[in-house]
Amino acid sequence: MLSYLANPQRFMGFSAWAAPLFAVLAFVLFAVGLPWALFYSPADYQQGETVRIMYVHVPAAWWAMGVYAFMGGASFVGLVWRHVLADIAARAAAPVGAVFAGVCLVTGSLWGAPTWGTWWEWDGRLTSMLALFIIYLGYLALWSAVEDEEKAARLAAILCLVGLINLPIIKFSVDWWSTLHQPASIMRSGGSAIDPSMMGPLLTMAGAFLALFGALTLYNMRAAIFRRRVEAAELRGAGA
Amino acid sequence: MSAARPFQDKPALRVDGLSIARGGRVLFENMSFAASAGEFVELRGANGAGKTSLLRALAGFLKPRAGRIEFDGEDEPALALHFIGHTNGLKPNVSARAHITYWAGLFGAPPGWDIPLQSVGLAGMSERLTRTLSQGQARRLALTRLLVAPRKIWLLDEPAAALDDAGRAMVGDLIAAHCKQGGVVVAAVHEPLGPAPSQTLTVGS
Amino acid sequence: MTFRRDLALMWGGGGVLAPLGFFLGATMLVPLAMGPERALLQSAGPPLVWIAAALAVLATLERLFQADLEDGSLEQTLLSRAPLEALVLAKGLALWCAVGLPLALAGAPAAIALQAPVERIGVIVVSLGLGMAAFIGVGLVGAAVTAGVKRGGVLIALIVLPFFAPPIIFGSAVAAGEQVGAALAILTGCALAALALGPIAAAAALRLQAE
Repeated sequence: MLSYLANPQRFMGFSAWAAPLFAVLAFVLFAVGLPWALFYSPADYQQGETVRIMYVHVPAAWWAMGVYAFMGGASFVGLVWRHVLADIAARAAAPVGAVFAGVCLVTGSLWGAPTWGTWWEWDGRLTSMLALFIIYLGYLALWSAVEDEEKAARLAAILCLVGLINLPIIKFSVDWWSTLHQPASIMRSGGSAIDPSMMGPLLTMAGAFLALFGALTLYNMRAAIFRRRVEAAELRGAGA
Repeated sequence: MSAARPFQDKPALRVDGLSIARGGRVLFENMSFAASAGEFVELRGANGAGKTSLLRALAGFLKPRAGRIEFDGEDEPALALHFIGHTNGLKPNVSARAHITYWAGLFGAPPGWDIPLQSVGLAGMSERLTRTLSQGQARRLALTRLLVAPRKIWLLDEPAAALDDAGRAMVGDLIAAHCKQGGVVVAAVHEPLGPAPSQTLTVGS
Repeated sequence: MTFRRDLALMWGGGGVLAPLGFFLGATMLVPLAMGPERALLQSAGPPLVWIAAALAVLATLERLFQADLEDGSLEQTLLSRAPLEALVLAKGLALWCAVGLPLALAGAPAAIALQAPVERIGVIVVSLGLGMAAFIGVGLVGAAVTAGVKRGGVLIALIVLPFFAPPIIFGSAVAAGEQVGAALAILTGCALAALALGPIAAAAALRLQAE
């Protein structure tokens, strides 16, 4: 499948119907998941209604990490096989992942206000997410700072892979740090003690985020390919 | 460097169907040529035609878009060549002698090597910091890299840039001497350097 | 050989004094911002030595490979007999000797001034030395991927700072006297891993920069 799509021509054909399909899927899943999560799921016996932030916060956190893993895979393919489409895919996914991480941070902060009584708590998970968010920003900034697009792609791919190796280390050290400084946290977001009645809306929302990621990334990739074609045509025009 | 022809006589450098693009623009396509030991290949072409890119591709810095570059009989092509680009590769606060000592280590000078400063017209300047050298003198210092450690293939990009007439003649003599010993020289030039090239390639469409 | 040259270049360019002065200046600002109260400084001061040291190293990274790329030295090292990874590692070690080690030693008076207990100074200096190695290993990558970017100082900071998190965490734990043994062991691991993997990634980036 991957090698089939490696041809940009075939990719354009595939994405022409896949991108809208993902968009519709995302719309449907959000249309189901949001009301389910916000109105028809049980309130938490401890946190009451505020637990509903979780249905946005947790999927955003999952896919902020998932998107980075996707970028790591694409970067690897781009570096090793020098494949243009893999470069474009990594670049196209990055802003989506950055927004997911940003959404996770904002909702985490909002969630913290009623639960912890503060707008920002240096909780281990939130701190790791902040590090991931900054890594996203660095990745995007490097892309835009290097003028030669091919070179930018390879350098960013190296950076992405270095980040991929470092993320577990950062996660581990932040966890070590947070147990050192705050032994008893009131609440851990996510966790294993989730009521089964919450799983339905949570997974629906996770699916909605995934479909949204698919749609946005495919549209971004199409835009990048169109832009490259226009630039190539202009260069040919200028050369002739 | 005393032996008459220390390098092998068979074709040393073979380029086959080479295409190079920079920033999405194709500079040239399907270039092929071969150079045997003792040959001096002159590259001609307008500014921006791709002479520099061709030399950088031969040196292995630039990945060509298509085609092959072969160095016959060389396991490690990068160790068989010297490259003198537009930049001289000099540090401003380091003396000429320290540069040469550094290059000797970097490129693997044979035991008993000597600082060949007089052969590039820089006699008596070994202690000068390179920021006190003129542009022409800095170019001459960069050219001593070619002599510090013997390597078969010389890739020269405008080697006589910033040099006076005596300097141009000196570069010509260096090239002639290297070819006589069985070396290969590929040089991008604007004006003839002295020794007659065995081939002249025009780069660009 | 390249190690000695890199070291000489860093010493010669006044590259040693600037980060050291920066470090001491930043340390001086800490009590000015927090007030000279001893109890407050005692708890917050020593970890702030780490922040100052991290920023001082950061400031040395921008020109690390950029100068070599611009003056053509990088091309010459690509034709060398030694692998580029080894040359990059040599540069990292030279930076550690020229900047990392002096900063770690300067950490002693800085920590004393910020009211760290005197018996902990030795271990703080050791941890700073290890932390500098970890910072430099990561910094090599940041410097290499931004070598072609003009005025890339802020960009390097953005790229490198999140990766400074682990050494900062364990280093500050040492400085604050919390779980010193474990933190030192992990810090050593961070330093070794960064110096082993950093040059590989940095060399890959530099080969691209030379294109």
